[in-house]
Amino acid sequence: MIDSSLKDIAAALRAKTVSAVELATDSLARIEAGNPKVNAFITVDREGALAAAQAADARLAAGSAAPLTGIPMAHKDVFCTEGVLTTCGSKMLSNFTSPYDAHVVSLLKAAGAVMVGKTNMDEFAMGSSNENSHFGPTRNPWNTDTVPGGSSGGSAAAVAARLVPIATGTDTGGSIRQPASLCGITGIKPTYGTVSRYGMIAYASSLDQGGAFGYSAEDCALLLSAMAGHDPRDSTSLERAAEDYTSALDKPLAGLRVGLPKEFFAEGMSDDVRAAVDAAIAEYRKLGASIVEVSLPNARLAIPAYYVIAPAEASSNLSRFDGVRYGHRAAEYTDLMDMYCKSRAQGFGAEVKRRILMGTYVLSHGYYDAYYIKAQKLRRLIANDFQAAFAQCDLIAGPVSPTVAFGIGEKSDDPVQMYLSDIYTIAVNLAGLPALSHPAGFGAGGLPVGLQLIGNYFGEARLLGAAHQFQRATDWHTRKPAGF
Amino acid sequence: MSRTDWEVVIGLEIHTQLNTQSKIFSGASIAFGAEPNAQACAVDIALPGVLPVLNKGAVERAIRFGLAIGGTVAPKSIFARKNYFYPDLPKGYQISQYELPVVLGGKINLLVPDGKGGHYEKLVNLTRAHLEEDAGKSLHEDFHGMTGIDLNRAGTPLLEIVSEPDMRSSAEAVAYAKALHALVRWIDICDGNMQEGSFRCDANVSVRPRGQAEFGTRREIKNLNSFRFLQQAIDYEIQWQIDLIEDGGKVQQATVLFNPDTGETRAMRSKEDAHDYRYFPDPDLLPLVISSDWIERVRGELPELPAALSARFEGEYGLSAYDATALTASRETAQFYLDTVAAAGTANAKACANWVMGELAARLNKAELDITASPVSAAQLAGLVQRIADSTISNAIAKKVFEALWNKEGESADAIIDAQGLKQVTDTGAIEAIIDEVLAANQKSVEEFRAGKEKAFNALVGQCMKASKGKANPAQVNELLKKKLG
Repeated sequence: MIDSSLKDIAAALRAKTVSAVELATDSLARIEAGNPKVNAFITVDREGALAAAQAADARLAAGSAAPLTGIPMAHKDVFCTEGVLTTCGSKMLSNFTSPYDAHVVSLLKAAGAVMVGKTNMDEFAMGSSNENSHFGPTRNPWNTDTVPGGSSGGSAAAVAARLVPIATGTDTGGSIRQPASLCGITGIKPTYGTVSRYGMIAYASSLDQGGAFGYSAEDCALLLSAMAGHDPRDSTSLERAAEDYTSALDKPLAGLRVGLPKEFFAEGMSDDVRAAVDAAIAEYRKLGASIVEVSLPNARLAIPAYYVIAPAEASSNLSRFDGVRYGHRAAEYTDLMDMYCKSRAQGFGAEVKRRILMGTYVLSHGYYDAYYIKAQKLRRLIANDFQAAFAQCDLIAGPVSPTVAFGIGEKSDDPVQMYLSDIYTIAVNLAGLPALSHPAGFGAGGLPVGLQLIGNYFGEARLLGAAHQFQRATDWHTRKPAGF
Repeated sequence: MSRTDWEVVIGLEIHTQLNTQSKIFSGASIAFGAEPNAQACAVDIALPGVLPVLNKGAVERAIRFGLAIGGTVAPKSIFARKNYFYPDLPKGYQISQYELPVVLGGKINLLVPDGKGGHYEKLVNLTRAHLEEDAGKSLHEDFHGMTGIDLNRAGTPLLEIVSEPDMRSSAEAVAYAKALHALVRWIDICDGNMQEGSFRCDANVSVRPRGQAEFGTRREIKNLNSFRFLQQAIDYEIQWQIDLIEDGGKVQQATVLFNPDTGETRAMRSKEDAHDYRYFPDPDLLPLVISSDWIERVRGELPELPAALSARFEGEYGLSAYDATALTASRETAQFYLDTVAAAGTANAKACANWVMGELAARLNKAELDITASPVSAAQLAGLVQRIADSTISNAIAKKVFEALWNKEGESADAIIDAQGLKQVTDTGAIEAIIDEVLAANQKSVEEFRAGKEKAFNALVGQCMKASKGKANPAQVNELLKKKLG
């Protein structure tokens, strides 16, 4: 039942052919069997899950269930969960039990969703492979010698391996879309400000956005509808009425203008990815969409701009991890400075340190204008490019990742190569736009390829609708990795 | 070698704690004196994932201040992060305003004591005022080699008010600080409690040879929490800098601390080890946008400001600039004075001013009472002033009546005058009888007067007043005595 659509699971729960406790038990059993192969979970909360499932069953019996009541799910370990370990994939927080729930966590609790555990991730969401986790790399269920993508690789792998049907993630430069693509599932990052960041441990505040993973666009729409909404505790949260993202699922594609940015198709994409992307676009055309060429001339500047802005914000955001109030503190130190240096040197991994150093550098006196201010200007230009493109099309399609999942260890010694794996996703975060990745076929080694759809601000329902129409006509999203 | 004539240049940065209910970016209380960390919520402790939400009450107080000093309230200002590590700074950065502050410009007019009993006028221009959060406190006692952290104060809203380097002496700096202290209390944005740290001054001090255009190198004296310390610290620092330069040394830019026990300033850190704070706009907070509607609403709610009221006192009541300024030193004093004049009549405004600033102020000061707790009410004082004005009592008797009012010996000046028989004697016959008695008993003085000793006359007046127990009208005594002595 765990590998069915949310619609079917919800129907079964209401028909009493399955109970929430049975679903939770099934999910926990799958985790027990499958997690040693993929290392998708940092924490499994068996007791919490069973208690939540019992409550969900009571609610179902009382007839007061919400769409997600009784559905097992997992949170990326970037979300604070009251009474449950919240590590952010770091040694720094390996002993941190949050005393409060993130806004997203409270919303899903209130909806009756059953959290079975917290998923693995690149430390502080910095990475594209999940290799930067203090808790060991997550492995791609399609080939456990390859990476699942990152930084929400644990959530993507957990859904792809059918351990849970849905999971939350966060996307700062592609951290939902890229692992969704590499793991053959659907993942959406909404418009910046749609999902509250309260309780979501900050990496780069102006780029971080929570989102959803599921088998299909329809499941993502259901999860995102339960996660989104204004939160007064997040000053960047949009003051918009709650939206039902399933509302446009059945809208036909006739008349839809799909823009292909010529810069995305120029070079850099591997042949297998290109073939799958081209085939998926042909499918959209077959379903009635018209294809137009658009241009994003400044998109090539997205990676340099991102690697100024994100580390700058991160260097400041991560200052609170000083060993004074919570988190890792060195066992021995001589004075205050020594305590800071040792605690942080021991608590943070190499990539986190690299980004803190980069960020500290670009914000330093004398460099700020040349780097940070310049990057902010590029950010504006990139956002303007998208607006010009959306004058010609309703949504933009393209690749998510230049290649299928790469081998574990393949890029870990070359940070720049690793950074380039986000070349198609980062511009979207700089502009704050919504985008999703859905399965579009398979490439080299039988590994999944995703197609990225980018919408204009608040275009989530339309994006999900397009992907849903595609998924009605294709079965890529129903393919499961062997052994799960 | 002739000694150089040194000119002192002082600019002040004053941190005023805003009297909001809750913190600037969280809902925790800012009340003073709670158990350590009892008023520190998740946001103040900087738990992972928490976010700041701006307190509108703090913004409203900044607007009030901007309007009160005639500055510009910025339609858009930006909160920035000031990054540095310290255990009482939980986030590792302070949220402050850097490039775009909420208030720009403005000015304050002062009266500065000239040291010779008089006063002169002084205009001090303000550079800016910006909103920021306070840090927590490190507790170095009671922890046996460790340091305790109290985050109750972390996140307390502050308005940092920065002046231009317009002051030329410690007296001017103190007058400015006092005027600002009075103003923030007047417009009710800060309780002004200096002991609790609600009003703290940093002084930037430099000296230069008079006539030189460039400023000298400044040193910043941090965290002065009384006007007396402000004066002492600046005076010490001025002399220290002059001595250093005259001995051939050069002032190095530095941050210094004042030690009230020794009266000395001591360098805390030099420019070389100054922090690079790596300011950048806080991505967790949107730009602070203040609409003109908001500004106008706040303007409408502002009380009459001390400068305007002071000008009115000078214009309508004929008070001196000094008296008008003194009476507008606090809203409570001004209100007491206004109430007194309202009851005594505008014609007695000057006499009311003298009584409020004289006898009443002295007694309140001695009893360490605030004017709002004055045992003598404005109405009672007005009644007293009226009896002086209509010659019912003399000034000397009035002091007795005031004393009686203070001691609650009667409901009103009239009641006390009646009960204690203090009414002035104006009956010519009665006064003449007293004079005759005095002349008869003081023949020696009479002869001296006739021999040309003017002083003897005053002695005789004194005797007459004494004989009447102070109740005889002094002017009448004078006149009749003169007549009798021919």
